[in-house]
Amino acid sequence: MNPVQAIGRVFLNFLATTGRLITFMMVGLSHAVRAPYYPRIIVRQMIDIGYYSLPVVGMTALFTGMILALQSYTGFSRFSAEGAIANVVVLTITRELGPVLAGLMVAGRIGASLAAEIGTMRVTEQIDALTTLSTNPMKYLVAPRLIAGITMFPLLVLAADIIGVFGGYVVAVYKLGFNPANYLQNTWNFLTAEDINSGLVKAAVFGFIVTLMGCYHGYNSKGGAQGVGRATTNAVVSASILILCSDYIITEMFFAK
Amino acid sequence: MTSQPKIQLRNVAKAFGNKVVLDGIDLDVGVGESVVIIGGSGTGKSVLLKSILGLLTPDQGSIKVDGEDVIGMGTSARERVNQKFGMLFQGAALFDSLPVWENVTFGLLAEKRCTREQAHYIAIDKLAMVGMNADVADLMPSQLSGGMQKRVGLARAIASDPEIIFFDEPTTGLDPIMADVINDLIVKVTREVGATALSITHDMASARKIANRIAMLYEGKIIWQGPVEDIDNSGNEHVDQFINGRAEGPIQMAIRA
Ligand SMILES: Nc1ncnc2c1ncn2[C@@H]1O[C@H](COP(=O)(O)OP(=O)(O)OP(=O)(O)O)[C@@H](O)[C@H]1O
Ligand SMILES: [Mg+2]
Repeated sequence: MNPVQAIGRVFLNFLATTGRLITFMMVGLSHAVRAPYYPRIIVRQMIDIGYYSLPVVGMTALFTGMILALQSYTGFSRFSAEGAIANVVVLTITRELGPVLAGLMVAGRIGASLAAEIGTMRVTEQIDALTTLSTNPMKYLVAPRLIAGITMFPLLVLAADIIGVFGGYVVAVYKLGFNPANYLQNTWNFLTAEDINSGLVKAAVFGFIVTLMGCYHGYNSKGGAQGVGRATTNAVVSASILILCSDYIITEMFFAK
Repeated sequence: MTSQPKIQLRNVAKAFGNKVVLDGIDLDVGVGESVVIIGGSGTGKSVLLKSILGLLTPDQGSIKVDGEDVIGMGTSARERVNQKFGMLFQGAALFDSLPVWENVTFGLLAEKRCTREQAHYIAIDKLAMVGMNADVADLMPSQLSGGMQKRVGLARAIASDPEIIFFDEPTTGLDPIMADVINDLIVKVTREVGATALSITHDMASARKIANRIAMLYEGKIIWQGPVEDIDNSGNEHVDQFINGRAEGPIQMAIRA
């Protein structure tokens, strides 16, 4: 095979995969907005994605906030601009690190487990069995998870924002000797609704990406345990990359004006 | 038209890559008839059932259910047709996130033919039909032995009183006595309830008991079919070799000594 053919084949494969993914996404979303719903499953997924991710996301946010305070102190003290630490912490967390780090952590946690669960159902023919029992697997398996992802992520990120800012506060006040009231005042003053909103929009998009990738790779897995393993890896890797790409695009949309 | 077959296959072919599995299958299954398909391991018996259910799409040929062409049908039409079917998968394919009782009544619940409270009682009833007692109802599938899972799968397949039932190796993995209980059950649902059955088995005792008609699949084709009474004088060497389980004969296993 000559190089041009090889490149052509790779490109065609890429287009075919993209096409399949978009079809999958459309079908999943169309089921998510049409009855019947499966409230029992939606709630279970919401608890799994939202509540059980709290410890991981909380720890990540806490340490990120603490590190941010420490690092920006090191930087800003050289210009005698220590007063800006509170702003840096709160803006970085709400706009950027809250959603992105939460997204990446949950991509590892939820993306992997969704891909493994649905992938196992695929290779053990449970998805085929659903079809024979008057149940559409896209509606029963995929739609509830997409709904849970899109709704729970913003809540998780809101929690991450608060915990992250608190982490920065703890370091600033107890280690760097800032005045607590001043620090909180500075945090509050510079924060705009748009900072929070852009973070929450990102969160909803990331939640969609993580659950979509988990479902897509699981749903299309084949070939036994090895296939499920591959689906799991692909789900996490593709979700992480897509999170970072879409992060740039959303940031551009919000702040480039 | 009373003579219209329940299921009609004409020239059905299916290949995976360049491996031809089904190569022009013609088969009719009459209303209320019980047909058993026999054939060596890997000859495409499961693929045949899955093609009729729409879980796999044949490359060629036509499949009619009650005179209606089902290949290339839209999703909602397919769902309507699939309500007629019950299927016991070769590997049972129980939903491992749901307790046994919910597995058994999954189809009934999906079609809203009973409430969750009623479902528990119905499940216990159906489990009794496959020789399992009520304590099993609240266990998870992973807590059952292989043979028990198979019987739960059977209970699930017949729970919604389907018009057509597919049994993929119903007695494999069961002890001889339990196998006979299951044979009796299959005879009962076909003869008494009037369901149409298409079964796959390697167990000739079971085939003789449950079949009205036997068809043998070999190298992608139905090489012999006839009433169960004729199986011993089929005049076909392949059938003779198969039902008597002889290593010597026209069917050569790909084994190198
Ligand atoms: N999804 C698939 N992708 C690729 N090949 C497949 C697939 N499903 C089945 N096959 C191939 O088709 C052939 C027939 O498989 P099938 O499961 O129908 O066999 P079978 O007759 O049911 O055998 P057994 O009695 O062992 O269950 C096998 O050689 C298998 O490798
Ligand atoms: Mg099989």
